[in-house]
Amino acid sequence: MPQNTSSSPNYAYVITANHLITGEVVYVAQDQTWTPWIQHALTYADDTQMQAALTLAQSQTETVVGVYSAKVQITDTGIETTHFREAFRVTGPSNYAHGKQQESLFNV
Amino acid sequence: MYKYSEFDHAFIAERNRQFRTQVAHRLNGTLTEDEFKPLRLMNGVYLQLHAYMLRVAIPYGTLNSTQMNALADIAERWDKGYGHFTTRQNIQFNWPKLSDIPDILDHLATVEMHALQTSGNTIRNVTTDHFAGAAKDELFDPRPYAELIRQWSTDHPEFQFMPRKFKIAVTASPEDRAVTKAHDIGLRGLIRDGQIGFQVIVGGGLGRTPMVGKILKEFIPINELLPYLEATVSVWNLLGRRDNKYKARIKITVHEHGIDDIRARVEDRFNLIKLGYGPMDLEYVETLKAHFSEPDYDISEAHFELPKTGPMAAWIDTNTHAHKQDAYVSVSISLKKHGDTPGDASARQMRIIAELAKHFAHDEIRISHEQNVILPHVPKRHLAQIYEVLRSVNLNTANTGLISDIIACPGMDYCALATARSIPIAQQIAQHFDALKLEHDIGPMKIKISGCINACGHHHVGHIGILGLDRAGVENYQITLGGDGGPNMTLGDRMGPGFSAQEVIPAIERIVFAYLDVRQASDETFLDCYRRVGSDPFKTALYHASETQAAE
Ligand code: HEM
Ligand code: SF4
Repeated sequence: MPQNTSSSPNYAYVITANHLITGEVVYVAQDQTWTPWIQHALTYADDTQMQAALTLAQSQTETVVGVYSAKVQITDTGIETTHFREAFRVTGPSNYAHGKQQESLFNV
Repeated sequence: MYKYSEFDHAFIAERNRQFRTQVAHRLNGTLTEDEFKPLRLMNGVYLQLHAYMLRVAIPYGTLNSTQMNALADIAERWDKGYGHFTTRQNIQFNWPKLSDIPDILDHLATVEMHALQTSGNTIRNVTTDHFAGAAKDELFDPRPYAELIRQWSTDHPEFQFMPRKFKIAVTASPEDRAVTKAHDIGLRGLIRDGQIGFQVIVGGGLGRTPMVGKILKEFIPINELLPYLEATVSVWNLLGRRDNKYKARIKITVHEHGIDDIRARVEDRFNLIKLGYGPMDLEYVETLKAHFSEPDYDISEAHFELPKTGPMAAWIDTNTHAHKQDAYVSVSISLKKHGDTPGDASARQMRIIAELAKHFAHDEIRISHEQNVILPHVPKRHLAQIYEVLRSVNLNTANTGLISDIIACPGMDYCALATARSIPIAQQIAQHFDALKLEHDIGPMKIKISGCINACGHHHVGHIGILGLDRAGVENYQITLGGDGGPNMTLGDRMGPGFSAQEVIPAIERIVFAYLDVRQASDETFLDCYRRVGSDPFKTALYHASETQAAE
C-alpha cells in the first residue's frame, strides 16, 4: 500500500464511486480495478497522482457513476475516513445491518 | 378507486418499454450518465449513498390490497424485504439494482401503478387528506378532483421541463390534513351556493426558504379548476427563475413579484385560456366520482360498544378517527413502533395490512403524509379482530399523534444530499419517552426531523422541529419550536445554537419537562402552551438548565 510517510498526520485520498448496476459504493483498488472494501483501496498521498487517477476513473462510465476523491487518514489499523458521510458509505446505514455490514453485492 | 383506462395502460406500457431500452443503452455504454440521469429521474430512479432508490407514486395515497401486495412482492423479490413510506404519500425502495428496475416497473404496471413524475421538474404526485372519502369532518371527497389534476398534469407537454418541481395538495376538510399551505399550490375544498370548488393557495413550501402559502383565489368553481391551475403553472413556468435552482420554486416567484402581481397575471392568462378549454366536461367529473364511490357500508350494528379499558382501548383512543358512518372508524396503523425506522414496513406487514383491508375494510388502504398506513373504512365491530392481527406483526403501537409518531426523512443513512442522520434521532426519542412512560401524559405532539435544509421531514412545521446539519464534520441538530402544519400553518421559531447527536435527546427531554411544568392543565397541548408562554421558558430549559439547577 503506498503510504504517505512524509507528512503527519498521514492524510491521503481514495477514489470512490457507485457501481453502475448495483449502486454499491466502490473504490479504486490496488490492482486498478474497483473494490467494495476501502481497506483494499489504493491511496494517493500526492495531489497530482490523485488528479490523474480521478480523471482516469471518471472515464470509466460503463462501470461506475459519481466518481470523486475522498480524504482519508492512514493509521496503524489501515485506512480511516475523515468525514462521517464517508464512514457511512464504508459500512451502510445505521438503522439496519444492510449494505456492506450484511453482504457485498460483489460477494468477495 | 380510479381504474386505468385502455389509454392509461397503453401509455404506461409504452413508457416502461422506453425506459427498458434506455437502461439497456446505459448498461451497454450507448448512453452516458449525463444523458441517462434525466431519463432515470423521469422514472423515479435516484442514486443514493449506498444504492439506487426507486420512488413509486401512490396517487393521493390510495391503494387497494392487490397493489399493497405488489409492493410487498417488490420488497421481497428485488429489494431487502421492506419499503419506506414518505411524507408525500409515496413509497421508496432503497436497494433496487438498476438492471432490475424495468422489471419492477412492469410489475407495478400490472396493478396500475408507476413511478412517473416522482422526480424531476414536473408536477409531482398530487397528495391529499389520508382520511378523504371517510372523514366525518370533510365537505366532500377531494380524491376525484385530485385524480382530475393527476390526469391533467401527467405528461402535460407544457409542464415537463419547468424551472423546478411542482407539488399540489388537495383537502376538503377544515382540519387540512394535507399541509396545503406548504405546497406550490394548495387547494382547500369549499361549497358555495351549492357548488363545489376550491380556495387556491400558492407559494407555500419548506426547504431552504420556508414560506407559508398565500391565497391566490378565494373560490374557483370546479368547472374552472383546470384552466385556473394551468394559468397559474404557466405564469410561473415563464417567470420562474431558471438561473438559480434555489430561487426557482413558485414561492420565490410569488415573493419577488408579490401576490397581487401574480394574481393579475394568472387572471389574464386564465381569461385567455379558459375559452380554449370550453365548458368543463362535468359528465367526465361524474365518471371520475364513480371511481371513488362510497363502499357498500355494513351498518347492521351501528351502536357497537367499544372497550373502555386495556391496551386495545388505548389504541382505539389514539389510532382511530371519526368516520361519516357511526358504525365505522378510520384506523391509523402506526409505522412508528418505538425504536423502529419511521415509515418503514416489511413485506410481511404489507401483506397483513392488505389482508386486513380486503377482509374487514372494503379493500381500501391509504398512506398518510405522517408516514403511517390508514384503513379508512373499518366497521367498529371488526376492530378487536383487526387489533389482534396487527399485534401479531408489531403494528399495534398506540401512538398516533403522540411524541413517538415522528416524521423523519431518510437522512444520512440513505440520502446523498444529507448533512446528518435523522433516523437514529427519531429512534432514540421514541425509545426514550417510551421508557419514561410519559407519552400519553404529554399528549398531542408532532416531532419532525430532516437530515438537511431540503426539509423533506417537514421540520419547519413540527411542534418540535429538528434539522440535522454538518458543523465542521460533526452532526449537529438545530431545534425549532411552535411549528404547525395545520389549517393555520406556522413556521417554527429557531431556538439558539444546535446540539450534538449525544446532546439532542436530553435537549428534547428538557423541552418536554419545561412544557409539563408550565402547562395550565393536562389538556393544554404543547402547541397551545408554546403559543401562550412563548419561547422563553424553553430557551431557558435548553440553554440555562444547569444555571437554574445551580440556583435551586
Ligand atoms: C432520499 C432521496 C431524496 C432526495 C434526493 C430528496 C430531495 C429533495 C430536495 C432537493 C428537496 C428540496 C426541493 C426544493 O426546495 O426545491 C426536497 C424537498 C422535499 N422532499 Fe425530498 N428528497 C428525498 C427523499 C424524500 C423523502 C423520503 C420524503 C418524504 C419523507 C421527501 C419529501 C419531500 C418534501 C415533503 C419536500 C418538501 C419541501 C418542499 O418541496 O417545499 N423527500 N427533497
Ligand atoms: S431532507 Fe435532506 S437528508 Fe432528508 S431526505 Fe430530504 S434531501 Fe435527504
